[in-house]
Amino acid sequence: MKKALLLAAALAVTTSASAAGKLEIFSWWSGDEGPALEALIKLYKQKYPAVTVDNATVSGGAGTNAKAVLKTRMLGGTPPDSFQAHAGQELIGTWVVAGRMEDLSSLFKSEGWDKVFPKDLVKLISQGGKPWSVPVNVHRSNVMWYNPAKLKAWGVTAPKTWPEFLKTCSTLKAKGVAAPLVVGENWTQQHLWESVMIGTLGSANWENLWAGKLKFTDPKVVAGFTTFGKVMDCANKDASGLSWQQASDRIIDGTSAFNVMGDWAAGYFTTTKKLAPNTGFGWAPAPGTTKTFVMLADSFGLPKGAKDRTEALNWLKVLGSKAGQDAFNPLKGSIAARTDSDLSKYNTYSRSAAADWKSNKIVGSLVHGAVAPESFMSAFGAIIDQYVASRNSAGAAAAAQQLAVRAGISK
Amino acid sequence: MKGLSKDRLWSIAVLTPSIILIAVFVYGFIARSVYVSMTDWGNDPAQALALDPIIRWVGLANYQELFTGFLQGRFRQELVSTIFFTLFFILGCLGLGLGLALILDRNPKGEGLWRTIFLFPMSLSFIVTGTIWRWMLQPGGGVNQAPTLLGGQPSTFGWLSSTDALWKFDWNKLPLLTASVVGLVLVIMAVRAARSGDRTRTLVAAACAALLFLWALFIGPNIKMLPAPELHGFNLALIGIIIAAVWQMSGYTMALYLAGLRGIPEELREAARVDGANDIGMYQHVIFPLLAPITLSAMIVLGHISLKIFDLVYAMAGPDNINTSVPALNMYLTSFRQNQFALGAAIGTILLILVAFVIVPYLSSQFRTEEGHA
Repeated sequence: MKKALLLAAALAVTTSASAAGKLEIFSWWSGDEGPALEALIKLYKQKYPAVTVDNATVSGGAGTNAKAVLKTRMLGGTPPDSFQAHAGQELIGTWVVAGRMEDLSSLFKSEGWDKVFPKDLVKLISQGGKPWSVPVNVHRSNVMWYNPAKLKAWGVTAPKTWPEFLKTCSTLKAKGVAAPLVVGENWTQQHLWESVMIGTLGSANWENLWAGKLKFTDPKVVAGFTTFGKVMDCANKDASGLSWQQASDRIIDGTSAFNVMGDWAAGYFTTTKKLAPNTGFGWAPAPGTTKTFVMLADSFGLPKGAKDRTEALNWLKVLGSKAGQDAFNPLKGSIAARTDSDLSKYNTYSRSAAADWKSNKIVGSLVHGAVAPESFMSAFGAIIDQYVASRNSAGAAAAAQQLAVRAGISK
Repeated sequence: MKGLSKDRLWSIAVLTPSIILIAVFVYGFIARSVYVSMTDWGNDPAQALALDPIIRWVGLANYQELFTGFLQGRFRQELVSTIFFTLFFILGCLGLGLGLALILDRNPKGEGLWRTIFLFPMSLSFIVTGTIWRWMLQPGGGVNQAPTLLGGQPSTFGWLSSTDALWKFDWNKLPLLTASVVGLVLVIMAVRAARSGDRTRTLVAAACAALLFLWALFIGPNIKMLPAPELHGFNLALIGIIIAAVWQMSGYTMALYLAGLRGIPEELREAARVDGANDIGMYQHVIFPLLAPITLSAMIVLGHISLKIFDLVYAMAGPDNINTSVPALNMYLTSFRQNQFALGAAIGTILLILVAFVIVPYLSSQFRTEEGHA
């Protein structure tokens, strides 16, 4: 990256920008995810060898640091040519409503993306009927992980609904498993909440919730909170001290039976823990969400006032292309947003996820920015924390409703 | 041009740049933050980051929201947490620092080495301290495993993850509690003034106390800041953070006290001994009173560190842990994650006022003594 910066600086001095072409990509993909981004840049350079690519990465999980840097740059009037954002409301609620993004309808039309991306996905990345970003990869949020050998030893199976889960939970507790479910720090609890809520409400009501058609104070949602409380009773008490990786470790060593986590956990199990899918670790959709794919995606958009607009548009074309998505995703451990990807390049878990991606109902994730703007999402963590401490379902629902009104989701 | 000697002109010329810079970058920005805190910038997400945001003046609405808004329970807990944190952090640092200083003052073997060892944690940044202690205080980590060395059971205390709290009180009772505490202080002042024979002072203090108590008795209980009771207390998860902070800063307090102890002339101690004071009596009546100014400066330095604390909490418990959260952390999240710039500025202003409570009396007393000397 330093090299690229130096190169860019040298180029800026020696030649005029228009002659050589330059592209600055802003993302939070570094470390483990770096090689996947490099593969995309390589592909871009093959197509546009004259362009110098400046890979501006700000590291930090889920982009917490990158987003702050991005805000400074956007407010300062020097937007990067293209930047990473979680697809959906995280981008729309912050940047599109502020009128700082370009509408990508014509790009979607010319590249034929309306047909290759699932309809539900296009709906999630659109506002006012126009798409605002190009999704690069897709992760699934509603996956329940377990250790097949341990489940066999305990004589239980992965539950299909949340009431069933609670039954399994008491069975396991009777067998001496103190915490049948493992959760980690705050965001993983929100992550669990999302799966519980979709499992209780159903995907249609989940969509209504974010469209403002269903209020948080509705008895159905309050019941969802109550179920969440019961599910949390099955969980470990030292949650806030654990990262999601540490929580996943407890599945492998048999301290706990289940963990609801996004499918990046598959990469952790196979690559870091060297476990084989289906024998070393197993997975099932989170209870009650069998035919639902709760998705989150990373995407790139085009800010207004980008200095190298043509190069940025070409970059977006590479991102949305089949070759681009199949170069990036096997390395990142995610699946392609396109439905026509070459599955032979993917691992066992990803193939099963890709099959579900094509057949399931697709809804957006809350905690990973698809369905609610940052103003809602980041204050919602406090509501979950307060709920976990107080177990007051009606109070939590009322607070969430106020928050939704403030964030402009509900009236 | 009388009175403007060459020296004076020089001093003005040299000082002007820094005065201008401080005026713009410190006081100008403080003023700007206070102004922003009285607008609605960011309350509407569409306007938060727009090119030409429409920003309206809303007065003190953001402050009202923070203290009485249904959604801002987190902020109120943080305020309570900060008070407890400050209290225990200062007590811990002063106690430990004084203890270490008293031991070192007796000139043990290898005193210089010990001094360096105790002072060393201060050279680390809070982020490093936080990371170290985070590892040690993990649920299955070092501190909880310590009893096994002695053959005991590993402890299961949730140092940073506990959700329990002590000394809970209802936020609605806050005006009542404040009035009672202030009233009590006034009563004590009145009693002291009466003893020293200052009549007007006694009367004023007693009258103020009576007014406050009357208010607390008749009007206070009817004030409802929140529609429902909201309990706040001392979160046990803060204990781990207090330990780490005390570990880092007690060496510094020790150095302050040691300097104070070394500054007490030997003749005074000898005189006390000649007058028949034993060790305890000497400390109680001679040394500790002479250390009082040091205690005051240490309290002020520690107090403003603890009110502004951010990095230690961020490193130890992460930003999304409301049981350990502090206002500075909330200010950062509110402004830069939720894009609620006005609300964030309001939290910042409250922090500034809190720190001013600590700093301003100190500065003014310093200023007065300097004037006195000059």
